Amino acid sequence: MKTNNVLLHTLSRVVTLIILIFSVYLFFAGHNNPGGGFIGGLMTASALMLMYLTFDFSKIKKALPINFTSFIAAGLLFAIGTGFASTLFGFPYLTQFFDYYQLPILGEVELTTALPFDLGVYLVVVGIALTIILTIAEDDK
Amino acid sequence: MNNLVILPLLIPFIAGILMAIFRYKITFQKWLSVISIVLAGLASATLVHQISINGIQTLQLGGWQAPFGISFVADMFAALLILTTSIVSIACLLFAFRSIGEEREKFYFYPFLQFLIMGVNGSFLTGDIFNLFVNFEVMLIASYVLITLGGTRVQLRESIKYVLINVLSSFLFLVAIAYLYAIMGTLNMAHLSQRVAEAGQDGLLTTVAILFLIVFGLKAGLLLYYWLPGSYSAPPTAVAAIFAALLTKVGIYAIFRMFTLVFYHEPGVTHMLIAIMAGLTMLLGGIGAMAYWDIRKILAYNVIVAVGLILSGLAAFTSAAVIGSIYYLIHDMIVKALIFLLGGTMIVLVGTSKLKEISGLIRNHPLLGWMFFIAALSLAGIPPLSGFIGKVFITQGTFEAGLYWLGGIGLLTSLMVLYSLMKIFMNGFWGETNLSLDMEKGTTSGLLLPIGLLTVMTIALGLGVEGINLYVEQAAEGLMNPNLYIEAVLNGDS
Repeated sequence: MKTNNVLLHTLSRVVTLIILIFSVYLFFAGHNNPGGGFIGGLMTASALMLMYLTFDFSKIKKALPINFTSFIAAGLLFAIGTGFASTLFGFPYLTQFFDYYQLPILGEVELTTALPFDLGVYLVVVGIALTIILTIAEDDK
Repeated sequence: MNNLVILPLLIPFIAGILMAIFRYKITFQKWLSVISIVLAGLASATLVHQISINGIQTLQLGGWQAPFGISFVADMFAALLILTTSIVSIACLLFAFRSIGEEREKFYFYPFLQFLIMGVNGSFLTGDIFNLFVNFEVMLIASYVLITLGGTRVQLRESIKYVLINVLSSFLFLVAIAYLYAIMGTLNMAHLSQRVAEAGQDGLLTTVAILFLIVFGLKAGLLLYYWLPGSYSAPPTAVAAIFAALLTKVGIYAIFRMFTLVFYHEPGVTHMLIAIMAGLTMLLGGIGAMAYWDIRKILAYNVIVAVGLILSGLAAFTSAAVIGSIYYLIHDMIVKALIFLLGGTMIVLVGTSKLKEISGLIRNHPLLGWMFFIAALSLAGIPPLSGFIGKVFITQGTFEAGLYWLGGIGLLTSLMVLYSLMKIFMNGFWGETNLSLDMEKGTTSGLLLPIGLLTVMTIALGLGVEGINLYVEQAAEGLMNPNLYIEAVLNGDS
């Protein structure tokens, strides 16, 4: 008889949302507080892992039809691209630029080119963590 | 500031990522990998030209000034090595096109080859010791994948040893960096050199220097080579050739960089130790090369002999010896790839690496046979070929420095190398032909092109010594005078 994990299912739906929000918070906090692309990426990966653990493997695959290996490549391209952009204007590779902007809701915000670089790190971490775990999980076919 | 300095690292990196995205488009990957290596080669050739005119080129990443940011430094030594890397990798790549098989190609073979080359180029170019560690890891992780890719029994067995020994040596590398940082408080090599010169190299620093020697000795196969013969005979030929040509050479480069730039104040201790290790490496490698009757093993031990010879040039530390080492390093990268490709082609033809089961290949494959002959003579150091000039300078340098025993061992092991390769040539190519053309397990079609390319390179390098003499002398001058390097990094424009 199949056990009914209704408690687990209901709880993990809520918890996953919280973890995802927290991981995004960590990602953006990285510049001035503890956090950043690496830890944010790991948190996101753990949230997705929780979904994979609680629900059926194939169901999540249907809901999230993503090839996580392409995340790695996309992240690396982001990171290199931000470094490369500065060389086009004659600055050394990986020079970072920043400026202050007035955004509608958030008020004055410092926007830096370190952010897309960190986004690259974030994508690579998510991609690698999930690729490792899913590859081992799918091994027995 | 010169953004060209980082291009030999970035081009293979970007190419590798693009290939990983288009995983099943094999033709696209082949074209892109050729284009990327050619572009990296052109960038390094331009660098060689620029350095010969304007001196050492530097790039401070992110625009941060030298001791605070990461510097990339292309001096002549590094630039010559990345240029040679490009030449060798294009030959191995062409060999891989015809020999590696679709199974491996679908599982990211070409991307990882690009990442390996990226790590090698990065290690040659970086001017920061922790960044050197990172580039070592990039190179090693790509090599872990390439050594296991395919998953045959012997590959898995040897890769466990290979990964274990390299994890250990990387750990020791980190510990050594930690000690150095605790004592000196900086990681930039030029700044380190300056501070070591100011503080004087006391016992503590010499100990750290010896720890670095052990770390790089593990990577380069200097006396601590026991992992090498097994690991280098496991992977497919194209991969083994690129390992033999590049991986140990990065370790050698790191020893050169550390002991000419940073720890050059106590040659009585450190350079003597290098001399002893180099002598033993040559002797043991030579004995191993003579003892085996297996093509892969013989060739792997030949790698070890060359490591000892190149480092005996550093141990002597005279200007002639260093020039000889640079010549021999360039020669050895090319000719080691060549001899591994030749040995691999023989194994493809007869389906075994046991020398006693091979005979009379020259009747059906004269071109292969005579190219093997040329490669063997070049490795042994016969005059018109490229191995000669380096050996002469190294021997001259060791005699000048009074290390007669080391020069003697160098000459003796030349005979051992010649014997071991002639053993392959005479047993494998001469004698009665026991395999007719249609009984052979594989063909040489397409494999002879990269081999021919490298053979032409070794002959050209031997005949055209005058042509590159200027560059090699500039490289040796840079190694003998660390001040040039320090000037360029710390006081250069930016």
